[in-house]
Amino acid sequence: MMPAMALSVPTRLVHLSPVDVVIVVFYFALVLAIGFYLKGRANTGEDFFMAGREMTAWVAGLSFLSANLGSLELMGWAAAAYQYGILATHWYWIGAIPAMLFLALVMMPFYYISRTHSVPGYLKLRFGESSRALSAISFAFMTVLMSGINMYSMALVMKVVLGWDINFSIWVSSLTVAVYVALGGLRSAIFNEVLQFILIWAGALLIPILGLIEAGGWSNLKLQIARNASAEYTHLWSTLGSFNNNPMGIHWTGIVFGLAFVISCGYWTTDFLVVQRVLAAKDLRSAKMAPIIGAAFKMLVPFIVILPGLLALAVLPVKLTGEAAAVGSGGHSYNEVLPLMLARYCGPGLLGLGITALIAGFMSGMAGNVSAFTTVWTYDIYRALMNKNAPDAHYVSMGRWSTIVGVLISVGTAYLVMSFLSIMDYVQALFSFFIAPLYGTVILGMLWKRATGPGGFWGLLAGTLSSIGMWAWVKLDPSALRYVALSPNARDMAENMYRALWSWIVCVVVTVMVSYMTKPKPDVELSGLVYGVTAIPREDEVPIYQRPLFWAAVVGVVFVILNIIFW
Amino acid sequence: MHDREIPIWFFIGISLLVNGILIVGAGIWEIVHPPPNPVVLFHLHANVWWGAVLLLLGIVYCVRFAPGRQS
Repeated sequence: MMPAMALSVPTRLVHLSPVDVVIVVFYFALVLAIGFYLKGRANTGEDFFMAGREMTAWVAGLSFLSANLGSLELMGWAAAAYQYGILATHWYWIGAIPAMLFLALVMMPFYYISRTHSVPGYLKLRFGESSRALSAISFAFMTVLMSGINMYSMALVMKVVLGWDINFSIWVSSLTVAVYVALGGLRSAIFNEVLQFILIWAGALLIPILGLIEAGGWSNLKLQIARNASAEYTHLWSTLGSFNNNPMGIHWTGIVFGLAFVISCGYWTTDFLVVQRVLAAKDLRSAKMAPIIGAAFKMLVPFIVILPGLLALAVLPVKLTGEAAAVGSGGHSYNEVLPLMLARYCGPGLLGLGITALIAGFMSGMAGNVSAFTTVWTYDIYRALMNKNAPDAHYVSMGRWSTIVGVLISVGTAYLVMSFLSIMDYVQALFSFFIAPLYGTVILGMLWKRATGPGGFWGLLAGTLSSIGMWAWVKLDPSALRYVALSPNARDMAENMYRALWSWIVCVVVTVMVSYMTKPKPDVELSGLVYGVTAIPREDEVPIYQRPLFWAAVVGVVFVILNIIFW
Repeated sequence: MHDREIPIWFFIGISLLVNGILIVGAGIWEIVHPPPNPVVLFHLHANVWWGAVLLLLGIVYCVRFAPGRQS
């Protein structure tokens, strides 16, 4: 869900003062203290892997969002905003909000009522062991690899921004995450994610505030962007009628059907990295409210991510370029826009807080990967395929050890990427292969009771293979882009949108065809798993202002208004 | 939650409080000893008022969610 980032200019953007260093060190001490404090509260499997299913809607909702709000996400999308303008906001609004509300209102009841501990676990209940194995193994493998790539990218950011040694950054940050997740399990990861969420806002919010003061307000900012770049940079929808009229080279159908309908829904509703946080909620209403709270804050994130990129177009005295041009000229690249804006406005103390926000973002993303990997490995691979009947304490112990092993594999991946940079592109592509088909399988499983086990498995496999096939086709023959992405002018992001859409369609079509050729499950076996045969608790007794539907409507209305304002 | 578990909001209060104190302190130091290369909009002294906001929020959270206090 983030643009690929690479930083290769070995310069140092900012210098930390002693008070900045104290702020960073205090942050590390606090997250470790939370991990040690929560160690005694992670003794059972339910405690360690599901945080005891005791989280309030606010804690689960902020953690749900924070697990996604990594520092590379912050820096990558700020860079995308400088490069493509306000179009980058689509990944925060239409590329997130409808999916989060859909998760809350439609899908969460089935995840929660089935008492599953993971998304692969739901597939086991609904479609059988083969679907779970396919999804669990691919998720676990990709999660640790992605974690390693993020770790390497973050270490590179710290080298460029602060001049820190890459090995130091990798080991200090990864060992810190390993310690607090291994000690306190998911509860520790969630608690720290909420803390990290607050620190990200505390550290990043000042940039757009001061930037708007310097630019002279939004109207003046638009005028300056029109002068320095193009007036198209401040329009969300009006330039999407053609592939050639906007800086991203994308058509509105790609944004609506590819991004909003498939990629975003796939990520926010079936990626266990984020869904795990909501499954830890204390009751169904909290589980439904958590994504709605997350959606409300997600709508605000462009203020600290996209706006700094736009402000940089107006106020920075230098023009940022692509990575290759920056290396050649010794200048700065798009990817450095957020640290540059931080250094522009933040003196001692505030700079330390801003750097802490970047580190916090990285660690929340990594802890999310590691805790999700640990649960899927222990419950959906180790217990399901290797050791079915061990006592609960054994699985908790396996969870702690797999946390450490998962972090070590991530560190190994980080060093592998350091030696072979092209691996980064391949792994990011690989991860995208699974998301869209998985969404097709899960959504059919929840909403269509005729879907069968073989239908689910073969649909998931066909969707995944078709995605890989389309990716390989374009790699081998770039002219195939006109078929996959409907235009020879489409850029990488547009190709990803359409590839996801086609693979989702393949998954759904194959699932439906195979399901009609195989014997359906009786209704009694689908209770708690599928719409129409599951009793979903009504909320008639609850005041309207406490109902998830009411707050989802509020968020939905604000979402529509924002899109109209920035049309 | 388990009985008498310290809420996460208390830890957040501690974090905001400590960061607020450090940032306000650094801001006051800069007023007394202006840096040779100040940041843009230095005259607004953002670290003083932003640090004060964090400090006040930290105090509120620490008091409101103090261990042992009924939430």
